[in-house]
Amino acid sequence: MMQSTIPTPQTPWATSIQQRLNTAGLILLGAVLAGVAVKTTGLSGKLGFAVSFFVIASLLIFIQQLRLRDLAAAKDSLLSSFASLAIILTLIPIISIVATVVVKGYKGIHFGMFTNDMTMASVNDPVTAGGLLHALVGTIMMVGVALLISFPIGLLTALYLTEIRGNLARPIKFLVQAMSGVPSIVAGLFILSILIIPVTQELTGLMGSLALSILMIPTIARTAEEMLRLIPNELREAGVALGATQWRTVSGVVVPAARSGLVTAVILGIARIIGETAPLLLVSGGADALNFNPASGPMGSLPYYIWKAFLTGGTEEAYSRAWGGMLILLIFIVLLFSLARYLSGRKVA
Amino acid sequence: MTLLENQSAAIPAPREITTKPRRSDQIFRAVVTLGGMSSLVILGLIALFLSIKGFNVLRVEQFSFITESKWEVITDAEGRFSESTFGLAAMLVGTFLSAIIAVIVGVPIAVLSALYLTFYAKGAVKKLLISLIDLLAAFPSLLFGFWGFIVLMDSAEYWAKLLNKYLGFIPIFDVPAPVFTRSPFIAGMVLAIMIIPIVTAISREIFDQTPLDRIQAAYALGASKLAMIRAVVIPYGRGGVVGGAMLGLGRAMGETVAVYTVLNVVYQINWQVLFGAGGNVASLILLKFGEAGPEEIDALMAAGLVLFLLTLVVNAISDVLINTFGKKGR
Repeated sequence: MMQSTIPTPQTPWATSIQQRLNTAGLILLGAVLAGVAVKTTGLSGKLGFAVSFFVIASLLIFIQQLRLRDLAAAKDSLLSSFASLAIILTLIPIISIVATVVVKGYKGIHFGMFTNDMTMASVNDPVTAGGLLHALVGTIMMVGVALLISFPIGLLTALYLTEIRGNLARPIKFLVQAMSGVPSIVAGLFILSILIIPVTQELTGLMGSLALSILMIPTIARTAEEMLRLIPNELREAGVALGATQWRTVSGVVVPAARSGLVTAVILGIARIIGETAPLLLVSGGADALNFNPASGPMGSLPYYIWKAFLTGGTEEAYSRAWGGMLILLIFIVLLFSLARYLSGRKVA
Repeated sequence: MTLLENQSAAIPAPREITTKPRRSDQIFRAVVTLGGMSSLVILGLIALFLSIKGFNVLRVEQFSFITESKWEVITDAEGRFSESTFGLAAMLVGTFLSAIIAVIVGVPIAVLSALYLTFYAKGAVKKLLISLIDLLAAFPSLLFGFWGFIVLMDSAEYWAKLLNKYLGFIPIFDVPAPVFTRSPFIAGMVLAIMIIPIVTAISREIFDQTPLDRIQAAYALGASKLAMIRAVVIPYGRGGVVGGAMLGLGRAMGETVAVYTVLNVVYQINWQVLFGAGGNVASLILLKFGEAGPEEIDALMAAGLVLFLLTLVVNAISDVLINTFGKKGR
């Protein structure tokens, strides 16, 4: 009998199922009314429906809140209507972009594309002719070389900001931020002006890597800095208390502890540059044949492959080819991105 | 007795202690500091070398490089370079125009999305939405450009016609000829979609840092979400959000491939956002680079320098705003 006097926990502030159903009903009613409006008035098309649906539904909810509660609650409902609208407007392009690439791209996918290059095929040939092996190899090599250049520099910058914390930490942080805003085409022009025109006179994959490094360094530096900041100070103190020098503490304790974070930084850096087009158009040339040597001769890349098929083609075949390449590129990006999410979601070791 | 002897032996001799790092640490600190300077060095080199290459053009053109609107290379009968006029004004106008459209369209959506993610979404839905929006930021600009060209163009052309029909009396929505495709308006839409994830991420970070006690104090006083956001979140995060918007502006100004693909790059000053002609500095560089002779390359370097300095200034302002108002900037 005692049990019944203990009240069960209540959550009176939570939205009840009844209220949720009411709101859902109003939204449905809004959709119906919007459909009627499109049929009967001058509003037409998807845009007309979307606009009238949003206006009618949020008005209905506004009136209901006003009737049930007061003006403040009604105004509050307007904010949630607009916030929901905004998130839907953000999601539409994401879904549309992914759907477009998948729908248009799968026609351009065939097994031979991973074993052939474009030396014997033109972009307007049937999609089964030729392939993107050269582009894949070029992208992997250029990104790899760019990573070899960027990772040490990015890590050192991050270590300066988190471990040394010198007088220049503030300005350096600012400069890294500024560097991440450098337009990609300027990175290409810079490599042209400092190396290609005065020194090498040749467009090569290595030049592409250098231009990509400029874009990659700030991403790696910023992510690595964030990851190193997550390492508890106790670990550093423990290292120093054991008599280790700062060098031994950083190399033996801090960096190993941040390992998965640093891998995340690398992955995000790769995702940042793998689809970069503008600098490669300026400095790495564009080849249709396999080239395993970054130091000489133009080098193809996935973005260049897509770019060429899209802009110089014009036939359905060329478009399919471009979208097929885009699908491969997008799969790479999504994989890299999911991997980064997975790694950074895990607890710091 | 033996105990006493042992004790006196255990007392260590007094010694100096020093805070001077050891040799290995000195080397370590020197190497890391050098590496840390790399961003300074690279930015310095970019400014230096673009200036060196662009110097000749800038010396000849002086201020008319940014005020005049003519980009011409005249060659003689044998195709040799004879004279040239380089003025960037039309492309500067185009750069600002498309970037500002992107900010006007994109920032409100991004800020409201950030509000939704911070104060409405919960649990798994919130995680999923954040992942999706961050993924949007990782899409290559090439993809935005092609999607804009193939998919968005039709819808955006229709919106442009509507705007022109009902708001055509406002000069900027007027058009000299009924050409609505490949206009700055559509380029601005694509840029807006590109900056939404960036601005959303920064706004969300700033909203997340709103002190919880103030939020709860507002709720305790009976505030609705709207009232709480207006009284607490907006005053706290305003500067940071403006900084995020500036960052988006900087990105939109420097975008090359997406603008080149979507916009009909024509060298003329075009204020009429719905008319299908325009360009920005970055797309001009890409367009002219292919067939440019050495003199024109120098002019393009100078154009790159102008673009670099512009984005640097915009980014600097945004960085100051974000760091002053949000405690921990990105």
